[in-house]
Amino acid sequence: MTRTESTLPRWVFVMAAVGAGFVLLPLAAMTTRVDWLRFGELITSESSVAAFWLSLKTSGASTLACLILGVPMALVLARTRFPGQGVVRALVLLPLVLPPVVGGIALLYTFGRRGLLGATLEVMGLQIAFSTVAVVIAQTFVALPFLVVSLEGSLRTLGQRYEVVAATLGARPTTILGRVTLPLVLPGLLSGTVLSFARSLGEFGATLTFAGSLQGVTRTLPLEIYLQREVDADAAVALSLVLVAIALAVIGLATRRAQVIR
Amino acid sequence: MKYLSLRLLAGAAALGLALTGCAGGTPATTAPQQPTQAPETSQPAAEATTLTVFAAASLTKTFTELGQTFEAEHAGVKVSFNFAGSSDLVAQIQQGAPADVFASADEKNMAKATDEQLVAGEPVIFATNVLSIAVPPDNPAKVAGLADLARDDVQLVICAPEVPCGAATVKVAEAAGLTLKPVSEEAKVTDVLAKVESGDADAGLVYATDVAGAEGKVLGIDFPESAGAVNKYPIGALAGSGNADLAAEFVALVTGATGQQVLADAGFGKP
Amino acid sequence: MTSGSWLRLRATVAERGFDLDLALEAGERLAVLGPNGAGKSTLLGLLAGTVRPDSGRAELGGRVLFDLPARTWQPPHSRGIALLAQDPLLFPHLSVLENVAFGPRVNGLGRAAARARAEHWLSEVDATNLAGRRATELSGGQAQRVAIARALATEPELLLLDEPLAALDVSVAPAIRRLLARVLAGRTTLIVTHDLLDALVLADRALVLDAGSAVEDGPTEQVLQRPRTRFAARLAELNLIRGVAVADGVQAGPDLVLQGMAAEPLTTGEPAVAAFAPSAVSVYLDPPHGSPRNLVAVTVSEVEQRGGIVRVRADDHRGHKLAADVTPRAAAELDLYPGREVVFSLKATAVALYPA
Repeated sequence: MTRTESTLPRWVFVMAAVGAGFVLLPLAAMTTRVDWLRFGELITSESSVAAFWLSLKTSGASTLACLILGVPMALVLARTRFPGQGVVRALVLLPLVLPPVVGGIALLYTFGRRGLLGATLEVMGLQIAFSTVAVVIAQTFVALPFLVVSLEGSLRTLGQRYEVVAATLGARPTTILGRVTLPLVLPGLLSGTVLSFARSLGEFGATLTFAGSLQGVTRTLPLEIYLQREVDADAAVALSLVLVAIALAVIGLATRRAQVIR
Repeated sequence: MKYLSLRLLAGAAALGLALTGCAGGTPATTAPQQPTQAPETSQPAAEATTLTVFAAASLTKTFTELGQTFEAEHAGVKVSFNFAGSSDLVAQIQQGAPADVFASADEKNMAKATDEQLVAGEPVIFATNVLSIAVPPDNPAKVAGLADLARDDVQLVICAPEVPCGAATVKVAEAAGLTLKPVSEEAKVTDVLAKVESGDADAGLVYATDVAGAEGKVLGIDFPESAGAVNKYPIGALAGSGNADLAAEFVALVTGATGQQVLADAGFGKP
Repeated sequence: MTSGSWLRLRATVAERGFDLDLALEAGERLAVLGPNGAGKSTLLGLLAGTVRPDSGRAELGGRVLFDLPARTWQPPHSRGIALLAQDPLLFPHLSVLENVAFGPRVNGLGRAAARARAEHWLSEVDATNLAGRRATELSGGQAQRVAIARALATEPELLLLDEPLAALDVSVAPAIRRLLARVLAGRTTLIVTHDLLDALVLADRALVLDAGSAVEDGPTEQVLQRPRTRFAARLAELNLIRGVAVADGVQAGPDLVLQGMAAEPLTTGEPAVAAFAPSAVSVYLDPPHGSPRNLVAVTVSEVEQRGGIVRVRADDHRGHKLAADVTPRAAAELDLYPGREVVFSLKATAVALYPA
């Protein structure tokens, strides 16, 4: 394969390099502050390990919730036209631009003990506030738009032509969805899933506002880092590095898978 | 921003750290120190002196008020505040941030400053703060005292033991022989307060000043056991200050009758 | 609606100005012709089930496809109508065999039976050797062969072809056209095309759509040899002049009467057309004298090389756009260029006259 020589002006490369440096430098700066002698001890402390597993568990659960809710949302947005669709899309994407703490406040007024649904659930003997479920709800709330945006884009790019062909071959709507549409948007679905997982993993503001912070129950890695920063800055830095490593691993894994599928 | 640029400088050259450290006491303004009784008409605002006060975040309200009082009493002087966590503030002072006065929320962080001879003279305790039980105004769990917090049906939110208010909580609970089972251990006392305000928590352990500052959104229940963990607030003029006299006067204002009244109104205890 | 036809469709789509009544016999192959925006895609969509008409009714083999606004509406998957588009649209995530077996599988056939059906149809289109390949590994012609097999493997009651050869390389198209001619024989088919050859080879009947309505309908040969619309004439590469039948020909203007051979009986005073091939036209700079020929004074608008001949396009002053084919040598001798005034001359024996 021959590669065409690019026609980009040189200054574009300079600015691109500055941009890359802007992203990489803070990460590099953080690694210089890691206390490597205590690193192992810091990240294997009881509270760190608890936060680590809680983060993985809740992010996994919220990613699953994003798939269950987000795939139908993306399909409806990409494949149908209805009045007010633009408004609906904007509202669905709102958590993407909303400060997480605002999301947390909104969730509090919905699922909190005195919230819109929370009060009813409380009567039924279900309490969401201060539970692991609250963490999953907060993560799902902020991560859902990532899946919807990513998948809707893929669906629009794919177009409906394959679906029409499948229908004229006799495939029912559910069959078309499962055997044609979703397999064909798999790369988009996968990247959306990864983005959702990564966003869930990093979720902090909404969790802090809405779910609380208790080791093993609601204190995820970002909350643990926030707490450790008050006491032991070295531990906070070490844990931050762990979080960066997980995020890199997830994104790296997903881009490789996506390439294989393409 | 000022601090950030200094930090960058420090990172660029090792020497720079020492230099900015020396210059740390000089305020941003270049104006020479002026006699405080200078006629107001002769020198307009352009040559105003700025007094920079680093104070614990819990002092935001009271110190802002005292700053205005100080400016009214000293023509041509502007008081500029940096409110943040005490540990953040002391770290900034250690790295050469230009400050004239430091007011800490605990003695531990003040000790860090005195250990490096950054404080002029001995710091003075100017206020105290004790824990108080905050409950929603309707007090749904009927909490009456510290012992009630150990009840299973009370959703309790406290500070994490790693942070000062949490450490105080542990001390008080141990002294009372109580085992607390909180539903959440927050890193910031404001997060504890917020969860009581929203009604998600039935009770929270916060500082008396937090209850006073919540202005009726929570009900405060004082309890005698709180005397076992009194939090002391020290203040001191900084050695690197270029306005040593003004800094001393500000400390005097805070420790004097006016300052004590303002602090008492905000729920602080006497030193 | 009572009808003995295999397919009967009557539909209006106001938004697109579409209003059509169409009937097709079992086994009949209909070519649908017409300029862009004439309603060809709408017709396909109505039949495939992707376009919902404002009102209308369609039946296929005695089943109601839709009856609106009475709210009978069969979704695409239960219509028994397969669609073969310009683009093969093979499912890229499946193998060739899986593509062809897709229809039989989703219609309830077992794995083995669907596979056997797929193999049968792959052999019908001479693509057995491609069975194991991924759909993305095929050339355009191979992919279209497989797409044909896939469409036929569902044994549709009606097959829709949407310009099936338009996207293919000219070197491949003839073979696929032959293949289609073979497999479509006796199969009820509707072919949308822009290509004269497709219509002639693949269809028994031709329908010309314009602005959402049928303007010509008849056996393909007749529509293309005796065009009555400018579109069909252009497709058939014939000059067409409309007028009124008079005693000695077709009167197309106060001073223009075209003489010719009456291909069909003419009634004096009724609308009629005169059609002639560009190759039947001779070009002169001055009107030749004493000739029993039709003469039309024109202004050259375009001179175009076409292989061994030169096509001269010209306007007369009555709004007719005419074409003449001359040899390159004649074109050079006549010094033809746009704007040049010339005379088109044609023998009466080369002009076909028939009612419009």
